[in-house]
Amino acid sequence: MRRLRRWYGAGPLHLVLMAASFAIAAYAGIRLLEGGDTYLVVLWFVGAALLHDLVLLPLYTLADRAVTGALGRRRGLVNFVRVPALLSGLLLLMWWPLITRHSHRYEPAAGMSPDRFLGNWLLITAALFTLSALWLVVRTVRSRRRVTKGRPSASH
Amino acid sequence: MDDSRLKTPARLAAPQLPSTPAFWRSPVRGVRFTALLGVVLLAGITLLFVTGLLSYAAYNPDLAAVNDKTPDKGLLGFYLFAWPTGPHWLYRLTQGLHVTVGIVLVPVLLAKLWSVVPKLFVMPPARSVAQALERVSLLLLVGGVLFEFVTGLLNIQLEYLFPGSFYPLHFYGAWVFVAGFVAHVGLKLPRTLRVLRHGIPPAADELATPDPAPPTLSRRGALTVVGAGSLLLLVTSAGRSFDGPLRRVALLTPRGGAEPGEGPNGFQINKTAAKAGIVPADTRERWRLTLAGPAGEVRLTRAQLLAMPQHSAALPIACVEGWSTSDQWWRGVRLRDLAALAGHADGRAPDVLVESLQPSGPFRTVALRGNQVADPRSLLAFGVNGEELSLDHGYPARIVVPAAPGVMNTKWVARMTFGGVR
Repeated sequence: MRRLRRWYGAGPLHLVLMAASFAIAAYAGIRLLEGGDTYLVVLWFVGAALLHDLVLLPLYTLADRAVTGALGRRRGLVNFVRVPALLSGLLLLMWWPLITRHSHRYEPAAGMSPDRFLGNWLLITAALFTLSALWLVVRTVRSRRRVTKGRPSASH
Repeated sequence: MDDSRLKTPARLAAPQLPSTPAFWRSPVRGVRFTALLGVVLLAGITLLFVTGLLSYAAYNPDLAAVNDKTPDKGLLGFYLFAWPTGPHWLYRLTQGLHVTVGIVLVPVLLAKLWSVVPKLFVMPPARSVAQALERVSLLLLVGGVLFEFVTGLLNIQLEYLFPGSFYPLHFYGAWVFVAGFVAHVGLKLPRTLRVLRHGIPPAADELATPDPAPPTLSRRGALTVVGAGSLLLLVTSAGRSFDGPLRRVALLTPRGGAEPGEGPNGFQINKTAAKAGIVPADTRERWRLTLAGPAGEVRLTRAQLLAMPQHSAALPIACVEGWSTSDQWWRGVRLRDLAALAGHADGRAPDVLVESLQPSGPFRTVALRGNQVADPRSLLAFGVNGEELSLDHGYPARIVVPAAPGVMNTKWVARMTFGGVR
């Protein structure tokens, strides 16, 4: 047993779990590859992970750094831009085919126009930024009040 | 940039590569943060997998070749069972949960992947055989989960970009993913629970950065943002499982918003007659329903069918895409009465093969099981909500079966063959 640990790098339970996992994955994987264009299925499966880790994640990280950097000394305000932008971007990413009217099948199948999605997304985005701005105003007013009447009220 | 930070040892070793821990500077990352997202995903993805398996069973793929989009499933169909007809909202619930919970989990999933991304670049990639295997298994996990979420989200938007038919890709893809998921949970759950119960000393936290950037958001704040994302998605999509005002709230999801029409036939349409290639003339005077069975073939006009005993059933339409309608009030002939007319008069309901007028499509022909034919609420409907069926809802006649997926409720029915389904 100790020899296994030294050679393998983990306990026998780890090995059993890995073996079981790969057996199931292989059994289903063969069928997955035959379930479509084999080359493209592999491309989609591996590509999804690579696209996320090497493109999407660096892109939104860089965008976040750019906004934080642009704010300079007022970087504490970044969340008032970051949060609505993140939520709006998430919606755009998830419903891209409908928002961009790229989904040609939607209207003929559902009997409903996809035109409203772009407008709704813009409205939701506007609402998110408005909420964020209101929040900022409320916070600013509150902190100013605290500054102006902080001492007298504390002495009561 | 603050000069004092440039003098820290980590900064001096320029240039920074993703493989050095100090490259990753967000103070939000940490094992406890990842563990919290992990347990949410454990619960959520387990629900997605179970409801997904149920949806697969709901098509009764083991009943007939026409129902089976994955004929080479082998052992993966081990659990299949005769899909029940009650409660009549069963599929509406399970598939509504499958799709809506899937949508709502997207921010949690993205946050979880963000929280562990430094591990992707750790050098060397593996220090032992065990670690090398674990890395391969992580490709199944991450590739698998993204593959499943992307194919699912594209399918509900009717954007069939994926390289094959949705059913085999999403079904087999789920099993490949789950293989990686089970291994991951098996390896990580003990530590996850320990960290959540007792916390973690900073020195043992391999996800926390050694060189944190000045904080702009607390960990609690980051979790709140993730929660806000999920809440936003829930509010803008859950209404697609209901009629009327609730659907109007679903602003950004397929089948959300206003209904496609007005009046008794105004509810959601699975697929319009035009899209299905229905020629309106074929549905009028020249339309006949062919019943086949032990008694031979019978051809019936709509008037003859309307002269048979008519029954009512309040049933929803629930689509694999996750949307559904509230109960609609259908009126028509019981399937079991039609079975008797076709020669199955002994009271034992047979399976039935239902064919539509639509010229093509993966569900032009479907098979229903005996228990579905036997249910008194299973109808060949001619009217809905007190009015004749509209062409888009299947005029002159459509099937409605309690708890069956939308596409199993064949529209524009042309022929029904009772018994001998394979």
